[in-house]
Amino acid sequence: MSTQLLAEPAARPMHPVPCRVRSVARELDDTFTLELDPPAEGWAFAPGQFTMLYAFGVGEVPISISGDPGDQSRLVQTIRAVGPVTDALTSVAPGDTIGVRGPYGSQWPIEAAEGRDVVIVTGGIGLAPLRPAIRHILEHRDRYQNVTLLYGARSPDELLFADELQGWRGRFDLDVLITVDHGDRMWRGPVGVVTSLISRASFDPESAIAFICGPEIMMRFTIQELERQGVTSDRLYVSMERNMKCGIGLCGHCQLGKFFICKDGPILSCAEMTNVCWTREV
Amino acid sequence: MNDPIVFERAGVDALISELNDRGYEVVGPTVRGQTIMYDTITSTGDLPVGLRDKQEAGSYRLEERGDDALFGYVVGPQSFKKYLTPPGSVFWKGLRTETGFETVEPEEPPKYAFFGARPCEVAAMRIQDDVYLPVADGVYTERRERSFTVAVNCTEPAATCFCASLGTGPDVTEGFDIALTEVVSGDHHYFLAEAGSDEGVDVLGALEERPARDEELVASRRLVMHAADHMGRTLDTKDLKDLLYANVANPYWEEIGERCLSCTNCTMVCPTCFCSTVEDRQALDGSSAERVRTWDSCFTLDFSYIHGGPVRSSSGARYRQWMTHKLASWQDQFGSIGCVGCGRCIAWCPVGIDITQEAATIREVDVRKAAIPVPSVKEEVG
Amino acid sequence: MSEVFDVLIGRPFFEGMTDEQIRTVAAAGSKVTYHEGQTIFREGGSADSCYLILGGDVALEMQTPGHGPQVMMTLHAGDLLGWSWLYPPFRWTYDAHIHSDTEAIRFDAVMLKDASEADPTLGYELMKRFTETLVNRMQSIRIQLLDVYSTPR
Repeated sequence: MSTQLLAEPAARPMHPVPCRVRSVARELDDTFTLELDPPAEGWAFAPGQFTMLYAFGVGEVPISISGDPGDQSRLVQTIRAVGPVTDALTSVAPGDTIGVRGPYGSQWPIEAAEGRDVVIVTGGIGLAPLRPAIRHILEHRDRYQNVTLLYGARSPDELLFADELQGWRGRFDLDVLITVDHGDRMWRGPVGVVTSLISRASFDPESAIAFICGPEIMMRFTIQELERQGVTSDRLYVSMERNMKCGIGLCGHCQLGKFFICKDGPILSCAEMTNVCWTREV
Repeated sequence: MNDPIVFERAGVDALISELNDRGYEVVGPTVRGQTIMYDTITSTGDLPVGLRDKQEAGSYRLEERGDDALFGYVVGPQSFKKYLTPPGSVFWKGLRTETGFETVEPEEPPKYAFFGARPCEVAAMRIQDDVYLPVADGVYTERRERSFTVAVNCTEPAATCFCASLGTGPDVTEGFDIALTEVVSGDHHYFLAEAGSDEGVDVLGALEERPARDEELVASRRLVMHAADHMGRTLDTKDLKDLLYANVANPYWEEIGERCLSCTNCTMVCPTCFCSTVEDRQALDGSSAERVRTWDSCFTLDFSYIHGGPVRSSSGARYRQWMTHKLASWQDQFGSIGCVGCGRCIAWCPVGIDITQEAATIREVDVRKAAIPVPSVKEEVG
Repeated sequence: MSEVFDVLIGRPFFEGMTDEQIRTVAAAGSKVTYHEGQTIFREGGSADSCYLILGGDVALEMQTPGHGPQVMMTLHAGDLLGWSWLYPPFRWTYDAHIHSDTEAIRFDAVMLKDASEADPTLGYELMKRFTETLVNRMQSIRIQLLDVYSTPR
């Protein structure tokens, strides 16, 4: 045997752990939130992390965790049905079992953000991976300065977590601005892209930290607008998405430059990504 | 470990038998379809005796050497990754139960002796160790820790070889249990053997052998040094990472993309390429399911697919990804270059794209070099 | 007049312009107030003015048969409203509908144009600001056109 092994052979990182579905809630036409029994006693995650969810025999996909990081009694995941696996995962009923691996990946810089203004810019279903960070910040509100949530959606009836947004909007310690791409007379709020909200947010560009999650194009424009306002790239954090097959840095699919999005990401600072952020097809 | 010993061809047969007796399935070079391929071997008769592999960009031919050398060739299209991460290897099996599913305990993995592993091959396994062992994926780890490696130093590199540029050959310095050097000199045909591990010492101790004489040591050393000076190709690794990172937007990638067929051959034959896909399969009656790993390649469109479409839709972007990963980002990820200089990707590329040549060209057209001044055009009047 | 000047001075839109230039622009402006539900101008109407919104929400709407008014975008404090006055045929292309009580400065288009013709330096300063607004708005509309939040299948 010419090899010195580091790992414990008992580890089976590719084995899905069966977890019971507690409840399924329809958020939008094609988007559902699942509440599951956690994979193990004391199972915990950090805001921004994801799991690999497995529908028996159908397949496995990375899904970000959308629950409360302070609540270890349940695993909450918000899934948009866009393919066979997510279709199967969103067709489950309470009592069914799905497989879980994880949590995987990096987290939102909730500690580095302490003592600073926090600007959260998100669009569409991108609110789901940010909800754990928002919940954490609100539970430890005194640790942060001004906190602003800027959220863009396609239309008023495609706002994710609408009830919770309503609750957040009623708070005095959180600025919430919501815009939609397409509105009608019933919608009283702003119509336009989420980047147009940035100039209306109150934050100190010299020290504020930004959490950005949404479609890649929306994130790129948000980065540009925040940089124009004076927020430097080391304080801009994005959640990146790439094809993932294993979640543990082995399949190679999720590479973005030197990063494996599954283990170095999904949360990356723009300063780390200077070489790849504006290059096509990386 | 201990002093080098010497034996003749019968000693090689005895070595194979000894490994079999110890429970190893001995896998090594054989001839299949006019190509050196790895398969199970039981005696030296299974080896490609007296053959040489003539390799060039886009070309591979076996030819008679005119001697009885057992290891007179370098590498074929396969590497030992076919045993360490076999395509279709099962990660997990499950049975459907009334309320969900349960896991079936995995089978015991096979125990391989990698026989006739070239130094580049040994280096490739060590590079893959850095990828797999920290994660313990449940397939590679189990197979690797049970394996035994009989390396063979190289004395005749092919025209596609450049291991000397990467320090991975032509002789093996670590990562082996036994290292052989074959010497064919007139009537005298012998093998010099060194142990690289305790088990290697044990195995050699079970053979009939005698200590190597000084002139035999000198002769074998000279052959390896000769090989180092006769590499068919070179790769300039100086500042390679910075070079490739800086040239991510170089239009030259598009030019390569026009030649590249995206056939994935280079990634399949590469002994370090580890990209794979994970497939979940289900029995027709839905009663059981399994999760298998199959080899994948960054040259396919599916590889970078995210809902909506592929991230890398052009061949040029996919070649850039492959080469930049192999030679640059691999260093950030795993602390070494991901290339061992075996030359397989050069020989097995159907259009003969040569990684050493492309790296040299990128160096020539480096975007950081001062922009070439546009020659002033004289205005033609009338 | 001096009241409008006091409102304009220090606004980001006028940053970098001299007091004198701002005074000239202010001469073309007057303070206006609109109430929720009102319409400032309608598609097809004669475009003889532009507006700097001081507070409130204004929706740019397009009437589509069978679907009622579609809101293209909303404008808020600090935003510039209207540029159909710049080029022929000088007709509004949207309705400007008041979503919530709005205060604005209304600028007389003819006066702005005359002042710009008379003083090209002022005209250039104004044009720079108008085009920046236009470019930003065009880029926003392009992102909207991409429909980035739609379900990709």
